[in-house]
Amino acid sequence: MENRKEIVITANKGLFSLHLSDVWAYRDLVMLLVRRDFVANYKQTILGPLWFFLQPLLTTLMFTFLFAGMGRLGTGNIPAVLFYMCGITFWNYFAACIKINSTTFITNQSVFGKVYFPRLVIPISVTLSNLIKLAIQFLLFISIYLYFILFKEASGSPTIYLALLPLNIILLGVLGLGSGILISSLTTKYRDLNNLVDFGLQLLMYATVLFSADAYPARFKWFTVVNPLFPIIETTKLGLLGSGTFDLTAYIISILFTITTLVLGVLVFNKTEQNFMDVV
Amino acid sequence: MNAIEIRDLSKIYRLGAVSTGTISHDLNRWWYSVRGLEDPYAKIAESNARDTKGTSDYVWSLKDVNLDVKQGEILGIIGKNGAGKSTLLKILSRVTGPTKGKVTMHGRVASLLEVGTGFHPELTGRENIFLNGAILGMTKKEIRSKFDEIVSFSGVERYVDTPVKRYSSGMYVRLAFAVAAHLEPEILIVDEVLAVGDAEFQKKCIGKMKDVSDREGRTVLFVSHNLPALTSLCSRAVLMTKGNLVYSGEPKDVVSHYLNEEGNPDAIQTKWAAGANISEDHRCQLNGISFVNKELNVFNLDESIEIEIEYEILNGEDRYNLSLSLFAGDDTYILSSPSISDQWFDKPHTVGVYRTRVTLPANFLNEGDYYITLLLVQNAKHVAVEVGRAIYFKVVDDGKKRGGYYGKWSGVVRLELPWRTVKN
Repeated sequence: MENRKEIVITANKGLFSLHLSDVWAYRDLVMLLVRRDFVANYKQTILGPLWFFLQPLLTTLMFTFLFAGMGRLGTGNIPAVLFYMCGITFWNYFAACIKINSTTFITNQSVFGKVYFPRLVIPISVTLSNLIKLAIQFLLFISIYLYFILFKEASGSPTIYLALLPLNIILLGVLGLGSGILISSLTTKYRDLNNLVDFGLQLLMYATVLFSADAYPARFKWFTVVNPLFPIIETTKLGLLGSGTFDLTAYIISILFTITTLVLGVLVFNKTEQNFMDVV
Repeated sequence: MNAIEIRDLSKIYRLGAVSTGTISHDLNRWWYSVRGLEDPYAKIAESNARDTKGTSDYVWSLKDVNLDVKQGEILGIIGKNGAGKSTLLKILSRVTGPTKGKVTMHGRVASLLEVGTGFHPELTGRENIFLNGAILGMTKKEIRSKFDEIVSFSGVERYVDTPVKRYSSGMYVRLAFAVAAHLEPEILIVDEVLAVGDAEFQKKCIGKMKDVSDREGRTVLFVSHNLPALTSLCSRAVLMTKGNLVYSGEPKDVVSHYLNEEGNPDAIQTKWAAGANISEDHRCQLNGISFVNKELNVFNLDESIEIEIEYEILNGEDRYNLSLSLFAGDDTYILSSPSISDQWFDKPHTVGVYRTRVTLPANFLNEGDYYITLLLVQNAKHVAVEVGRAIYFKVVDDGKKRGGYYGKWSGVVRLELPWRTVKN
């Protein structure tokens, strides 16, 4: 026989038999799923892709009203709208990745129960399709930014740290992916965790986008180092708006944390996918 | 050359509520595995007898299954619900993993446990063909090269750019099966998907499956409750009972074994979809055959067997009559009976549905398996419709009239002849 593929199924596949080459073989599926997410989401809605814009816009206005307006929280010399919108746009990417990926097994059980393909295809496609969403929302941010610069003569201006933006986006996506699939593996059997995730994400959002490092309440300063999202968002703001400080140690910790989460997530996910149908 | 080798394949399922008490069991399991011991719950698992109440929460859905499937073989898998057929297919499809054992498969595998997996209602037929094809393992390039073939096989050309949520369920299934039929795996795993779709399409699908194995040397694994389809399609069949493979051989033999196991409630009637058994001139068709007032297709020796046949005249005013032939499970021709005694025999039939009853008398057939072949005869000379193996049944001996003899009772028929002895 010519080189026919051999498939072996045994009870306990090794922790490291990841079949990542299979994922590559299914790259067309990844792209088709990205397309599906995009097309299917907005069919039969009146505003269609306009929802991409509305959601971060409304959140920003709410933040500006609540925290800058009523709470009188300072945003440095940067207009509150820009400050919050920058943070929220990038935070949303991470949040969408972790939230959607954390229900991978439960959302896709009907497909997973009927046909085999490398399960990692789903979280990868989710991370990519949210990247498109981020790109669109980023364009919205840029246009509002330009408006402020041209007509309001706002003081924000990009800095050299803008060069780290692509890395920051990758870190956000990978961290969302890694922690999402880690949670999804843990919640197939014990669903309680999902409620915690929503609550935790909400808290983490305030801790991440509300302050820049120098304005952080002194008592909670330690949190800017412990929270791996903070240095990424802070560096992004620094690059785009020129507000904030760059903490190299915290940034490197974030990178290491992201890599560890990804590796752990993939290993646990891979271990879970074999038998999750029996417990989900 | 084996395409699939299955060795000691076993699978445990936990019954009842999964969420309660599983943490302690999981921890216990983990502790055993850390020390290199076997799963502690494997020992207390029971065989999967659906109808008896078990004492353990764990059951073997599959237990030490060994099976080799040759390349190019179409293997049918028969068994009652809960016999482990679907679990076996799921493991082979890599949807779930085994508890013990090993499977080796040579070649690309595609499984059809369902048609249209991953179809998105909002997407058009075209978009879904690509999505579904990719989920089943095709690349975009492969799908593009077969796209026209897929669309014409499905017969939904007109709707290919309509969202599939606007499709009728028949169209949906046609499109979905068309995608699957154009996969080119070395091993195809099919579970009962032929239960859907109309008769014409089913025929098309069976033809396609046969084609795939005859011409291209592919291996097909096929689970179905449709016994006639199974016997005509498969080159070999295996019978599963309670998680074990109990019998393997010619499909015909395996089917009769299966029916022997116990009556099959699915088999008390056979209904054919419109157009399935239609005459060449489209003037008449057979609609179905059933046993009257029965829940199982099993009869006692002293029970008469009442059969109802439904046929339909679609056109014309030809003369018709029915005829049935009775065969034993080993194909012995027992009798043929045209409906000569019927008032409608060879009378002109106008358009409409006709129901005919005929009774095989009690105390006539011996214990064993039987099947009936039906003919619808036009103008007393031309066989308009013929259905072989239209319905199966089984005659059992409850031991009432054996006169103390408990061995095998030979012969095809078992009439009670009037004996009389006088003493001189």
